Amino acid sequence: MIKELLIILISSSLVSNVVLSQFLGLCPFLGVSKKTDTALGMGGAVIFVITLSSAVAGVIYRFILVPLDITYLQTIVFILVIAALVQFVEMFLKKFIPSLYQALGVYLPLITTNCAVLGIALTNVQKDYDILTGVVNGFATAVGFTIAITILAGIREKIEYNDIPTAFKGMPIVLLTAGLMAIAFCGFSGLL
Amino acid sequence: MKTDSISVRLFNGLIKENPTFVLLLGMCPTLAVTTSAINGLGMGLTTMVVLAMSNLFISLLRNIIPDRVRIPAFIVIIASFVTIVELLLKAYIPFLYDALGLYIPLIVVNCIILGRAEAYASKNRVILSLFDGIGMGLGFSMALTIIGAIRELFGAGECFGVRIMPQSYVPCSIFILAPGAFFVLACLTAIQNKIKIAGEKKGKDMSKIQSGCGFDCMNCNVSHCPDRTTNEENLEVLELDDMVSDTVPITPQDIAAINDAVANNESVKEENDND
Repeated sequence: MIKELLIILISSSLVSNVVLSQFLGLCPFLGVSKKTDTALGMGGAVIFVITLSSAVAGVIYRFILVPLDITYLQTIVFILVIAALVQFVEMFLKKFIPSLYQALGVYLPLITTNCAVLGIALTNVQKDYDILTGVVNGFATAVGFTIAITILAGIREKIEYNDIPTAFKGMPIVLLTAGLMAIAFCGFSGLL
Repeated sequence: MKTDSISVRLFNGLIKENPTFVLLLGMCPTLAVTTSAINGLGMGLTTMVVLAMSNLFISLLRNIIPDRVRIPAFIVIIASFVTIVELLLKAYIPFLYDALGLYIPLIVVNCIILGRAEAYASKNRVILSLFDGIGMGLGFSMALTIIGAIRELFGAGECFGVRIMPQSYVPCSIFILAPGAFFVLACLTAIQNKIKIAGEKKGKDMSKIQSGCGFDCMNCNVSHCPDRTTNEENLEVLELDDMVSDTVPITPQDIAAINDAVANNESVKEENDND
């Protein structure tokens, strides 16, 4: 059991990295990766929300959708649950853990549009993971996202000072960097 | 102002405000499913159906949905159509369903659909909204097909499954793998930047390119957008204001108490000094 979880942990965070090989969560990956600090903050918020939402979505799927035989409604239910959850987490943090809210606050609303959150909830169902495995999978995926976005932010901070052809300034050079990172992450496929 | 007609909407979606090339929206499916031209076309048409139907219904319901809950209402409408389309694909076009897999339910979080609902369908007449959706969907399909065709051409030497490159061509399989998607899109956006710069040199108004975001920075991923930074700053200011208003307001009694405490401290200090 522990061995299986460990394999999922490594494969979801490194081998099939959520951004660089599955293309989920690209919007924040390209949008919030200008500075390492903000990238880390976004990563923290994503880890928090994805871990929580994969637990909640798993419970709802197993104990409400399956017994009532309405699993075909999963997309609608999951997206609403995630949107509500993000709102709720934001309110909860603001009220009870203001220090964490100050650190994550700006990024929380951005996460609703992060397709990785919905993607993980659906993958967990597709692969028929139980709730614990689903949570581990969600956590590992989010860690993978944090690794990728932090590396990209570090590279982008350096790129700022480089002499790039004008046409490649902005988005194109970021995409090229991401492509090179994707090649590097391909190297992890020998890990398992 | 130019009159808004069906043909204007179609042209707007296909060329003028092409969601992928001009607005840079909906990047996730753009990169993920374009391993071949046929997959790109399938994804584009699937998105188009959802876009057109959700635009139609949101426009029909635009006077009924209360303004405060419009976003959740839009999401429910979009998610319903995505579910319908998913079931239809599973039943009638299984090979496409297998190829697109997870990315069909993820159409729900595609920024283009919510963006059009918010920017156009919730304010305009039914027929125009429907054709706005079709136009945008066609533009998206066109972009995905082009990217898919390029990747398939270099990665497998084929286009729509037909061999194009000569037999001696060795397929460069990295184009079909994940990194190729980033490279192809990077080159396409670079070409577009080039056109934009050239146009600006000639004195044409190119501000439309990459600026049709409607200041919706939450759904936008144009990282070098000048409006973005200001908007983020505004956001932070707002958050700070919220926090300030949430804390207990400082009353005159509090100030008096603080002053007393400070005075006490000082008197204690003075006593210590005297000792």
